[in-house]
Amino acid sequence: MTVVGMTGDEAVAYAVKQGKVDVVAAYPITPQTIMVERFSKYVADGEVETEYVCVESEHSALSACVGASLTGARVFTATASQGLALMHEMLYIASGLRCPIVMGVANRALSAPINIHGDHSDMMGSRDSGWIQIYVENAQEAYDWTIQAFKIAEDKDVQLPVSVNLDGFILSHSLEGVDVLEDAVVSRFLQLRKPLFTLDPDKPITVGALCLPDYYFEFKRQQVEAMLNVPRVLGKVNKEYGSVTGRSYGVLDTFGMEDAQAAIICLGSTAGTAREVARKLRAQGKKVGVVKLWLYRPFPTEEVSAALKHVKALAVFDRAIGFGAPYGALCSDVVSALHGLEVSPKIFNVIYGLGGRDIQPSDIEFVFNETLEAARTGVVKEDTMFLGVRE
Amino acid sequence: MTLEEKKPGWKSLLMGAVVVEPGSSLRYKTGDWRAFRPLVEKEKCVNCLFCWIYCPDAAIVRREKWVEVNYDYCKGCGICAKECPKEAIRMVEEQK
Amino acid sequence: MVTLKELSTEELFASGHRLCAGCGEGIINRMTLKALRGPTVIVAATGCNEVASTIYPYTSWRLPWVHVAFENAAAVASGIETAYKAMAKRGAWSKHVDVIAMAGDGGTYDIGIQALSGAMERGHDFLYICVDNEAYMNTGIQRSGATPRGADTTTSPAGNVILGKPEWKKDLIGICAAHGIEYVATASPAYWNDFITKVRKGIEVNGPAVIDVLSPCPLGWRHDSSLSVQLVRLAVETRYFPVYEVEKGKYKLNINVVKPKPVEEFLKAQGRFAHLFKPTYRKDVIDEIQQNVDDNWNRIQKLTTQS
Repeated sequence: MTVVGMTGDEAVAYAVKQGKVDVVAAYPITPQTIMVERFSKYVADGEVETEYVCVESEHSALSACVGASLTGARVFTATASQGLALMHEMLYIASGLRCPIVMGVANRALSAPINIHGDHSDMMGSRDSGWIQIYVENAQEAYDWTIQAFKIAEDKDVQLPVSVNLDGFILSHSLEGVDVLEDAVVSRFLQLRKPLFTLDPDKPITVGALCLPDYYFEFKRQQVEAMLNVPRVLGKVNKEYGSVTGRSYGVLDTFGMEDAQAAIICLGSTAGTAREVARKLRAQGKKVGVVKLWLYRPFPTEEVSAALKHVKALAVFDRAIGFGAPYGALCSDVVSALHGLEVSPKIFNVIYGLGGRDIQPSDIEFVFNETLEAARTGVVKEDTMFLGVRE
Repeated sequence: MTLEEKKPGWKSLLMGAVVVEPGSSLRYKTGDWRAFRPLVEKEKCVNCLFCWIYCPDAAIVRREKWVEVNYDYCKGCGICAKECPKEAIRMVEEQK
Repeated sequence: MVTLKELSTEELFASGHRLCAGCGEGIINRMTLKALRGPTVIVAATGCNEVASTIYPYTSWRLPWVHVAFENAAAVASGIETAYKAMAKRGAWSKHVDVIAMAGDGGTYDIGIQALSGAMERGHDFLYICVDNEAYMNTGIQRSGATPRGADTTTSPAGNVILGKPEWKKDLIGICAAHGIEYVATASPAYWNDFITKVRKGIEVNGPAVIDVLSPCPLGWRHDSSLSVQLVRLAVETRYFPVYEVEKGKYKLNINVVKPKPVEEFLKAQGRFAHLFKPTYRKDVIDEIQQNVDDNWNRIQKLTTQS
């Protein structure tokens, strides 16, 4: 095991380098650019056998990836924000055609106004596309999850594309120490892709047929089933990865939840800040905890419910707005997950960090105190708190 | 939803709507689309094969010295009759 | 050049598809598949061809066939071509597979032009056949960049004030030739030998090749289904649709129409131009179209002598 200084983007590129990926077709967009640039250098230096296609748009990037994936190749692409939005129709097609593509997304705010910094609006805008969605807290997780993503995607009970999400600039461009595996170890873990179907002239198949109302529904139901298989497959892959690396993963991670009265649940790098604040507050005797979700889609309802059911009050952090919705995306999902409980925690939504607006430990401490207050009084002051916006 | 045909459910259908039987459309006879049917006069046919190459439905069958029509699929478009240099094909109204 | 008897009797595009009676795409598919040299994959864009030939669980295709979306046939073909290369590198694939993308004029001239341009610029080894019936036929005959001046379509209808599509047809061959690819050509299925030879030529090119083949549409052009082949012959005979190729930048007229018929004959034969004749005979528009046909022919002639 070697620790190398890498940014989040570089960590993803390095994982792809080791992952014996056959084809990468990608289009640059800030803040994903480092992923494709670093990878281009690997190709130019002959460090990988991967065929790299500099496509002319993100829509073509995912189109080329779908073509390559259907042919039987292991495929990777990466994008962010507007690029993800541009390939929106292709996201549904990739999952509908059951292509196990892995995509790195350096989450960035969606225009307008144009903003190149980190928030989750891009992937949240495509959360229903049938992709498995994983959010990472740091560069280490970006590396580890990218490797695992291929194995989860290609499992015969899954066969769905995966997006590995890392906060734009905050993770994509920050230098951290990443414990990387040896090439041989990754090769042994990943093995070559064994596609269920290929475009083999000796076994001609038709892919992408028109399904009229008498068939479409059944294929969508199949996708639902595949999604339902994900937690089991993910657990299996995590376990195997754990035995190789000593790092354990799952659908979510908790801190201080054994006795927490007030908790924060969030995605991405904010979890790290929240954990540090929680550590400090717990030392003061305050019963606070943090739930970090790794797997966002499929939403791990059972695990989330189990982790949160005994807290008195909960702040759900959303780094994106769902305009016109009662809550942000994550909060809506959490509320749904908990709605069957006899006694549900008091919940309020915290919209924060939009367009890369910084979130400070002091902000999180403020939220913890508000949550503790709600736990004590049983009253939520405001359903939705916009944290960090100037009035 | 029709109950005459028992269509397979999601559990047994192949993933992703992939069709593994090449040319399965042969099970679908488009011959009943016809309003007119082509009749080939074998004596006039010189086996030039223009009708064969121009048929959109591959409904002209090549025999040793002449052509025949595959009425299972012929849609009666009339291209064969129009293109035949010997006027060996004529279109007649389809019988009910 | 081949003889009809030499062509394979194998029908890789099987009967039982639901293209309209007399549809040019059926003819074009069959001709294309007679020109193959070995294992081939077809990548189709959304359109009549794709929709009518693959209504689940039926498929008319007897070779690997992929449809992904409307505007990305060239991008998908790029991915497939690359994947075969990559998989061959690690020994997972041993034979060469030719990739042929087939898209309509909608998926090529308009929404698909970006993907085609990118694929040409990157130099992928594939043949791109634009099945050109001069409008978005599958969705109900709406105008495309390939629709000719004066044609009546549902989004460029012949009305009291505007008489059909005001704009001229886009020069796809010029656009493709400007990318510097080795082979670009037009074709008409009425000239089966020329078309089949061109398909084979396009396949054999090591790099991108594009063929724009005129496809008659009885419904959209409004003519009797039996006249499909005759009309795309007339299109050539009137110089409305010149059949030429650009090979390594060199222009060559494949069918030299010495004594052209007046384009009016071509227009008169189709319902989509009927408004140019009734209730008023619009000599002004017809003359304009004739002038454009003549200018275009002269332009191509000049390019052939300049090459």
